[in-house]
Amino acid sequence: MAQHQVNYASSAGLPVALTTVDHLVNWGRSNSLWPLTYGLACCAIEMMASGASRYDFDRMGTIFRASPRQADVMILAGTLSKKHSEFARRLYDQMTEPKWVISMGSCANTGGMFNTYATVQGVDRIIPVDIYLPGCAPRPETLQYAMMMLQKKIRRESANMNKNTKQRMV
Amino acid sequence: MRKYTPKDNVQGKSYYTDRFWVAPRVPSEAIEVGSHFDEVVKALSKEVTIDDAFVQIGQLRIVVDAGENYKTLQVLRDACGYKMCSELSAVDYLAQDGEFEIFYQMLNLDEAKRVRVVCRIKEGEAVESIVPLFKMANFAEREMFDMFGIKVNNHPYLKRILMPDDWEGYPLLKTYPLEGDEFASWYEVDKIFGKEYREIVGPENRDPARIDRYDSQRFSRVGYEVPFGEKIDKENEKENPIEYSETLLVDYNAGSKILEKRR
Amino acid sequence: MQVTNKLTPFFENLNFERDDNTMVINFGPQHPSAHGQLRLVLELDGELVVKAYPDIGYLHRGIEKMAENMTYNEFLPTTDRLDYIASTSNNYAYALSVERLIGLEVPRRAQVIRTMLLELNRIISHLFFVATHALDVGAMSVFLYAFREREFAMDLMEDYCGARLTHSAVRIGGVPLDLPEGWLENLATFIAKLPEEVKTYEDLLTENRIWKMRLEDVGVISAEDAISWGCTGPMLRGSGVEYDIRKEEPYELYEELNFEIPISDRCDSYGRYLLYMEEMRQSGKILQQLIPMYGKTEPQLMAHSPQYISAPKEEIMTQNYALMQHFVLVTQGMRPPVGEVYAPTESPKGELGFYIKSEGEPYAYRLKCRAPSFFHTGLLQELLVGTYIADVVTIIGSTNIVFGEVDR
Repeated sequence: MAQHQVNYASSAGLPVALTTVDHLVNWGRSNSLWPLTYGLACCAIEMMASGASRYDFDRMGTIFRASPRQADVMILAGTLSKKHSEFARRLYDQMTEPKWVISMGSCANTGGMFNTYATVQGVDRIIPVDIYLPGCAPRPETLQYAMMMLQKKIRRESANMNKNTKQRMV
Repeated sequence: MRKYTPKDNVQGKSYYTDRFWVAPRVPSEAIEVGSHFDEVVKALSKEVTIDDAFVQIGQLRIVVDAGENYKTLQVLRDACGYKMCSELSAVDYLAQDGEFEIFYQMLNLDEAKRVRVVCRIKEGEAVESIVPLFKMANFAEREMFDMFGIKVNNHPYLKRILMPDDWEGYPLLKTYPLEGDEFASWYEVDKIFGKEYREIVGPENRDPARIDRYDSQRFSRVGYEVPFGEKIDKENEKENPIEYSETLLVDYNAGSKILEKRR
Repeated sequence: MQVTNKLTPFFENLNFERDDNTMVINFGPQHPSAHGQLRLVLELDGELVVKAYPDIGYLHRGIEKMAENMTYNEFLPTTDRLDYIASTSNNYAYALSVERLIGLEVPRRAQVIRTMLLELNRIISHLFFVATHALDVGAMSVFLYAFREREFAMDLMEDYCGARLTHSAVRIGGVPLDLPEGWLENLATFIAKLPEEVKTYEDLLTENRIWKMRLEDVGVISAEDAISWGCTGPMLRGSGVEYDIRKEEPYELYEELNFEIPISDRCDSYGRYLLYMEEMRQSGKILQQLIPMYGKTEPQLMAHSPQYISAPKEEIMTQNYALMQHFVLVTQGMRPPVGEVYAPTESPKGELGFYIKSEGEPYAYRLKCRAPSFFHTGLLQELLVGTYIADVVTIIGSTNIVFGEVDR
């Protein structure tokens, strides 16, 4: 005996949502982006500030992880020196797919003002970068905006990573 | 004729210097008799030979022989109260005299006075380590070795500190260019991917204003948009009637209407 | 999928399985409590650290080399990136050494503004220290409280110079801008609230049982060791040696200001933490004295020295000679006299000084940055030996090192 008969067609509709797998998976992926705390230099302080009280990154589902194994996004915040470049690649390799990279600050993008022997002239020489974030140092709002752009990008992608893998550089 | 660029000093140089310009000098004062620095020089001259000593900008500068650096600092520490060595490093004078100038910046905590001990060594010579006197020299001498290649005798752990262990060259020498040599520019590619990937990764872009019109991955397209990563080259570049740059660009060859009117 | 690369498994040259029962662990260079890019190779016997090798250089950017290829004014923004938590103190230390080299007198209003900015930066840096140190030790809430307060101080800096982190707020020969309208009132509000806030952190930490257990008698540095290792600033004063460059070799207005130098003879991390807290209060006190001093000054901001410093914008726009001087100074750069200078200043971390060797060229012949954190990092190889692995993070946090200036 159905005592609580609900007329789905007339009230709030069927308790069924029709969607694609792509959409569902990307919804999940984009709303819980866990970045790796990869603070290298000055930008790391702004990255910390965006995680702290005023800018509050947690409300975007972004929780900093200290281990590459648990992280989805690598925020390369700061100058990447040649001595460190090997470790950056190693940490990138350790991250599990799907993974994205945000290059934060001028130094990470192009070497910035440090046009010297010791600085990698752009991290895209060693790891593929999804979002370039200009500024020296970028404000926390800029990092949050970059995160939102990355979410948009993920929502556009196919859930099957093999399909949308661009010619991944080396 | 191509302009001659000296190879022994590749650092930044003024593009124009007046022929008659003579650089002024920072005034150096003689040591006042009876002052604190006078006592220091007296105590020192009992033990070591002082080549030169004067006061410059409130700090005493003593020039000693490189062989006596340990002895000098020991006397300074034990007899004159200069308990802290705040900094030591070198200056490259290889182009001028084939020498390095090594300075030790000393601090007397009780009198709040500073003394700079300076000595010179020839290229390839080594200095005595002062780690037994001041432990801070452990890192500072390693840095000096790393940056200039100056060997330090009896250092407990003389090894590169700032640069990687497999680095070639000594970065702070005047012969070392700011952008680094070929080894430096390919260092990370060689290490991570191997030399055969040099062509795939490509050379470093050291020009901050460089724009590649035919690279749709790194640069946005002027005129019309193309999908990310589309291959375009000069031959099959699409003609676009609404390329805005053409409407904005002033054609300087067309001649001026106003001028023609006036003629 | 990505292509494999040439990187071999790390530490193949280190022997992990050792006969003498010790274990080698690697700490960093990417580690949340390494304060940047410190790499430590620790040899452990059980939980005790037997040997520690600090490995630095992962943020080496060639700043000293850049100084040899840049004119004196060009180089000033680069000094921001040394100790990036308190940028103005680096700008100031650099500007001071160039000013001493060319023998400039800075106008009084610029001195007042500079001293204000320096002390504000000290507060910012110390708040950051408390925040990260507490976070490393495990007190998350202090991190959030201290960062909230730090944002207000950053707002003040931003109102003045437009940047949050890389200020470039001091120029050789003065300061570029006057204080904006209402800035002093905002500053007064900030420092009125500061002691209250510091008390909040102290309530949370000072008598906290866990905090005390983690910090007391951890990282003990004797006075002799501190002097021998070249420790300065709170590291030296935490070991009972009273030496503050602001008092002993006063620069700017510190001679006229009334403040105390807190010292602690506990020699441990806890003593240093108390010292940082007290220094914040003293900085607030200094700022309070500076506010009335500002009103009594003339509006001149840059020193008058046509050979080295450009004239004010108004003169450049109206007078031909000033324009010519400005043109030469911008295109060729100033040429300080031949000589060398070392000017020490008390940055929040310790003694920060620039040794400049000038050969009369527009480019410095040699610039050496004496960074306090560099020597504090060197101390780690002795300080960590004999401690437990859990205390390593506390000790690194308590030395308050910033890798921008360690590696330069």
